[in-house]
Amino acid sequence: MTAVLNAISVYAIPVIVMLIAFYAIIKRVPVYSSFTEGAKEGFETSVMIIPYLVAMLCAIGMLRASGAMDWIVAILDPITSLVGLPGEVLPMGIMRSFSGGGAQGLCADLLETYGTQSQIGRIASVAMGSTETTFYVLAVYFGAVGITNSRQSLLAGLSGDLFSLIMSAIIVNLMWGY
Amino acid sequence: MMNYIWVAMVVIAVVAGIITGNVEAVQDSLFTFADSAVEIALGLIGTMAFFCGLMKVMEEAGLCEKMSKALAPLLRWMFPGIPEGHPANSSISLYIASSILGLGNACTPLGIRAMQDLQTLNKTKNVATDAQTMVMAISTGSITILPTTAIAMRSAVQTEGAAEIVGPTILTTLCAAAVCVIMTKLLNKIKIFTYDYNIEKERAAGTLIINEEYIGDDPLEPVSASDDTAGAIEG
Repeated sequence: MTAVLNAISVYAIPVIVMLIAFYAIIKRVPVYSSFTEGAKEGFETSVMIIPYLVAMLCAIGMLRASGAMDWIVAILDPITSLVGLPGEVLPMGIMRSFSGGGAQGLCADLLETYGTQSQIGRIASVAMGSTETTFYVLAVYFGAVGITNSRQSLLAGLSGDLFSLIMSAIIVNLMWGY
Repeated sequence: MMNYIWVAMVVIAVVAGIITGNVEAVQDSLFTFADSAVEIALGLIGTMAFFCGLMKVMEEAGLCEKMSKALAPLLRWMFPGIPEGHPANSSISLYIASSILGLGNACTPLGIRAMQDLQTLNKTKNVATDAQTMVMAISTGSITILPTTAIAMRSAVQTEGAAEIVGPTILTTLCAAAVCVIMTKLLNKIKIFTYDYNIEKERAAGTLIINEEYIGDDPLEPVSASDDTAGAIEG
């Protein structure tokens, strides 16, 4: 199963790119000039994202460095420990919503300290892999079109994050019988 | 909402930094993260340009149309209100396909493309539409079949059993994505989150920007507040 999935993720993009290019030339599309025309738009979009990303990442960076995360952990710990989530995983789980790199650092730390095949290591890995960095995604995707009023998106994204953290604990505890 | 969240994050960070004696670290992070935001965006240019170019080729070869026809039933349900034949149908289909396959690098450009295509159905320039919040739900929920980062990190510590978390991760990610989608739909029933309510709120605050490129049949009445945008164009 893993081998198949691994193969898909290695082959998918090159093969798809080749097929598209081949199909397009058969359909008599001026492939090269269409490609460069489209690529131009990609350039503009990337630049457009910068202000949104700066606003979001600066706030997140300051929050990370301030030690306020410990406070959030203290508030959420009584709730998450009810479902069998070890307190050690919580800082990483919360960081997951804010900063992918930050969560990765914390996750690597947990794996080093407790081992990959421990309860903490497994829950951390599942939580790491099962969700996206909500704040980052919000800044990038809405930033690209200039949307500042994101309505219910943040709340929905964060509920998904919290749910996936709780689910990781429940599933790992069930599968490995902790 | 974003205004309050951003201010809250900054205030909490600075106050917590002062209390815990980490103010200097807070200051350092401000500058480091400002730099890294630009690095990330600039780093995106290459792949972004590549996939936008590829999308254009697909479009002209008629592949986008085929793709959206195949996924039409799913899209009808998740994104009611996107007219048939609209380019958003194909960019959303491509985005969903690439995120399920875990094609990380392809994902972001395609997601952005979907947002841009949906923007032509947005009466405003700054309030997200229902369809856009749904794309966001899929992104933040992120259906991943292969958690490559987590596996790589595990095998860096110990190769044995590095991939044992694939099964539970798939299960968790599906549930989390479902929660994001359902929450987005449910919260949309609450008045303060609805599209129309937010348009009125922005209008009252004088921050509403009307989208001149809106292609639907129900455009917003221009208000006097839009005068300065007109002035900006003339200037």
